[in-house]
Order: sequence, then structure tokens, then C-alpha cells
Amino acid sequence: MKIFIDPPNSLILFDLVERFGHEPLSTMATIQERVDNLEIDMPPLNVTLEDIQKGLKYAGIEVPSGIRGRMAVWGPLIDEAEAAILMNDAPFAFGCVGCHRTNLLVDYLVKKRKIPIIEVEYPQDEDEGRDLVLKVKEFLEGLK
Amino acid sequence: MIKIAQLSCGTEYSSVQYEIEKAARSVGAKMVHPDVEAAEIESCVEKFGFNPVSPQLKLMIARAVHLAEGKYDADAVFIATCFRCAEGALVRNELRRYIQENTRLPVVTYSFTERMKSSQLLTRMEALVTIVSRKELLARERQSGITVGIDSGSTTTKAVVMVDNQIEGMAWGPSGEVIESSSSLLEEALQQAGVKMSDVEAMGTTGYGRFTIGKHFNAKLVQEELTVNSKGAVWLADRQRGEATIIDIGGMDNKAITVRDGVPDNFTMGGICAGASGRFLEIVSKRLKLEVTELGAIADQGDWRNVRMNSYCSIFGIQDLVTTLAEGKTRPDVAAAACHSVAEQIYEQQLQEIDVRQPVIQVGGTSLISGMVNAMGEILGTQPIVPPHSQYIGAVGAALLSSGFLEVV
Repeated sequence: MKIFIDPPNSLILFDLVERFGHEPLSTMATIQERVDNLEIDMPPLNVTLEDIQKGLKYAGIEVPSGIRGRMAVWGPLIDEAEAAILMNDAPFAFGCVGCHRTNLLVDYLVKKRKIPIIEVEYPQDEDEGRDLVLKVKEFLEGLK
Repeated sequence: MIKIAQLSCGTEYSSVQYEIEKAARSVGAKMVHPDVEAAEIESCVEKFGFNPVSPQLKLMIARAVHLAEGKYDADAVFIATCFRCAEGALVRNELRRYIQENTRLPVVTYSFTERMKSSQLLTRMEALVTIVSRKELLARERQSGITVGIDSGSTTTKAVVMVDNQIEGMAWGPSGEVIESSSSLLEEALQQAGVKMSDVEAMGTTGYGRFTIGKHFNAKLVQEELTVNSKGAVWLADRQRGEATIIDIGGMDNKAITVRDGVPDNFTMGGICAGASGRFLEIVSKRLKLEVTELGAIADQGDWRNVRMNSYCSIFGIQDLVTTLAEGKTRPDVAAAACHSVAEQIYEQQLQEIDVRQPVIQVGGTSLISGMVNAMGEILGTQPIVPPHSQYIGAVGAALLSSGFLEVV
């Protein structure tokens, strides 16, 4: 199944999803696809003006361009997702989209999809970390 | 190569990062991103004292702290966040203050939309580079020899002939076709000064048409109007030393520049919106069946409070104008309201991005409209100084700075 992860660039969540036999929907793959596309030339991420207009599907014109551009990247992943893992209160070093308003919108849109979701808290110590892995494992296995 | 440190949020997702880099490249500069370790970000934010929620804004702060503490070397700073982002706007403004208080680096701030193109940043980037690379030239306080300055503006062109720190000839007229108008105005100014073109030792050009006329006349100095106008303003106002704020409201855009010893250290430039420029006053004059030169004196007789006018957008401003005239409001009140509205736009859009320093020097074509100067004074709570020949700042600045090349050659 296609699993949306939030933060969408979390390497740890990406690895967990892959390990338990699912396809992670992440920033890494979608950005790589853009960067590898040599026909586009809007460095560094190849988010183009056309993309930002596509972002209007998720946020209106009065919303800052940075949010619409981010939504152009993550919005289609949310649409495609069959399940999602949302981590609350993750420090930015764990993964982030840079903009808190985008975080709020991503979180809202994922929940609105009514797909299976597991919400977990960022672990504060090793025990909590172990619990987190177990919870995510159980969730992912249950999806099979 | 001049290194401009970029402190920004959202540029890479707004399809403008490439445009920023293109603008920097075109003026011989390079955008750089101060290195910060992830582990240092929170402590930098704590030092700074403002803790935004968005991580990219935290990174902006950490980069600024590294610049202020000398851990990263750059020549100038460009601070940009998304237009309409309140959190971004707060950080952008506070970072600009922080950089100015803690470094001597020139700063420019910008709030962008996805439509921003490199050409919109060109003058700002060019000014940053000029401030860094032409420090000695900008420190020049006296004009020497026989030099000419031409300011090819959006609405009018101005030509000045200077001889040994004195203005000897000057002329202005509508810009129209830039080479033609510059040539005839130059001829007029030369004639007034009793100087032949062959006697001219150096020429400087500025304004929108600077590249075209600079190439045509083989000018020694072709420079953006932010630094040139500042220089002209402080020379004309005899405020070459110390601090000042220059408000330059032109025909198509407006500039607010803070200077220290005649050299800009922060500036903002209004977009091409008629509502906050001389163009709106031209529209109003036409409707009132007045010459724009008469508008100021008429405005001085009126009271803006009697008329509701808001030129936040020139179209709305014109709607207000039509409505108030239809209501039978008097010409003095309408003229005063138009001046007040333009001054209000400058205050709300430009002066919020800089810290106004005394004295305020008002220049540009609109400074000849007394109603406009009085409106600005009322809003600022301090009457601006309008130097003599205040519409010639660009031409004077160009003539003054171009004389710097005489000693170099």
C-alpha cells in the first residue's frame, strides 16, 4: 500500500514503511523525480510557476506562494495515499517542510481523506522509541 | 566576486530562487547561504529572542546570527520571505534591524510572489553591489572638473552640467524616446553652462534609461538610481555627514533610503504601482483640470479629512476621485486628499521596511508639489527638507560620482 509519511522527508519513517513491505510516499522520491527531469530548469527543486498554480487546488490565491509551491509537491502524494503515519511534535532535524502553515494544512488534508492513519508522538527516550517502532510495525502489518 | 548572503524562506518552493541568482549574477555578485549546523539553530534562535514556529524561519535567524557573530563572511545581505506570510514578515523585518544593529553590511529586504522576475530585483542587487564595490567612489563629497549627469527617469529626463562643485546648467523634460530627449536636454544644459560637449571630462547616467543613454554617450558611470540619487540628495541638501532618510517619490516608483555619511545602508523600492507614485497625482491633476505643478498649492488650501480617498490601488483611488468630485467636493480638498493618500501609501508600504532617521530629505519630481511634502510631513510628524533643485538629484549624483573617475584615470 502507498503510505504517506509526515514529516514527509523523515528518513526513519521512510525506512520503517519500506521495511514492513509498503511504498512510502515521501519528499525524497518526488523531489528526485523533479531534479532528474532535465527538461525543467528551475533550480534547486524544480518547482515551477506551473506547479505553484497547481498548488491552488490545495490553497487559495491569498495563501503565500511558498505554501502553494510546497502543496504542489505534497498535495498529490496526499491524494495518492492509501494510509498515513503522522508524527506529532517532531523536531525539525527529524524532518520538516520548513513552513508551519504547510504542516497544518498537510495534517488537515491527510485526516480529511478518511484513510487509515496512525498518529504517533516523537519519542523522548529509548523506551518510547521502541514503543513507537512497535506501534508503527503493528499498524503497517495490519494494513496487509 | 561580491557575496550576498541570502536569508530567506520559501524561495525554492516559489520558483523564484533561480530569478534571485540570475539577478545577482547579472550584476557580478553571487548568492551565498551561511552555513549553520542543525544543532546550533535553536541556540541561535534563543540568542535572537524571537522564536518563530516555522523551521525555515528559524534557519534564517541562525544564519543571521552567524553573520552578526562573524562566523560567516559576506559583503551584503538579502532578506526575503513570501508575500502575505505574517510570520515571515515579522522575522524579515526584525532580522533586517538585527543585521543593521550588529553589522555594517548593507541590507535589502523583499517579499516575493511566484511572479517575481530577476528584472524586479536588478536595481536592488545592483545597489547592493555598488555599495560594496564602490565604497571609495560613494564616499566622494565634492564634484571636480567639468562633468555631466543624466537621469533618464520613467516620466522625465534630467540633465545637469557641473563645474568644480557648482551646478552650471540644468534642464528637464518628458522622457519620451530616451536618446532623443537626453540629447536635447543635454544640449540645453550645456548651453546654459556655456560649456561645449568636447570640454566635458566625464559623464554619469542613471534611471530607467541609464544603459541605453550610457552606451550612446559612452558614459564613464552607468549606475542604478538608489545610490546615485542618495548621493545627489545629500549633496543638494548639504547633509553629507551623519544619518538621514531620503524619500524619493518618482513618476513610476518610489524609494525610501537610509544613509550614513551619504552612503545607503538600507533601502526599499516601491513596486510599479501608480497609487503610490507621482503618476496618481498626474491623474488627479488631469481630472481637476490642473497642471500637476499647480496641484501642490491648491492642496495646501484644502483639508484631506473632508474627502475619502485611498489610492492603495490606483483604480480604487480613481474611483474615489470620481465619486468625491460627483459629490461636489472642492478642488483643494480633493487635491489635499490625493497628496495625503500617496503619502499614506509610502508610509504604509515603504517606510515600514526601514527605520526612519532624521533628517528626512524629500526629493524627486513630486517634492516640487508642496501639498505632497506637507502631507508627508504630517504623516511623519516632522517636516521633510526639500533641497533646492530636488528633482535633479539623480543627474547631480551622476555628475558628482562620475567626477570620481577623473582622478582614477
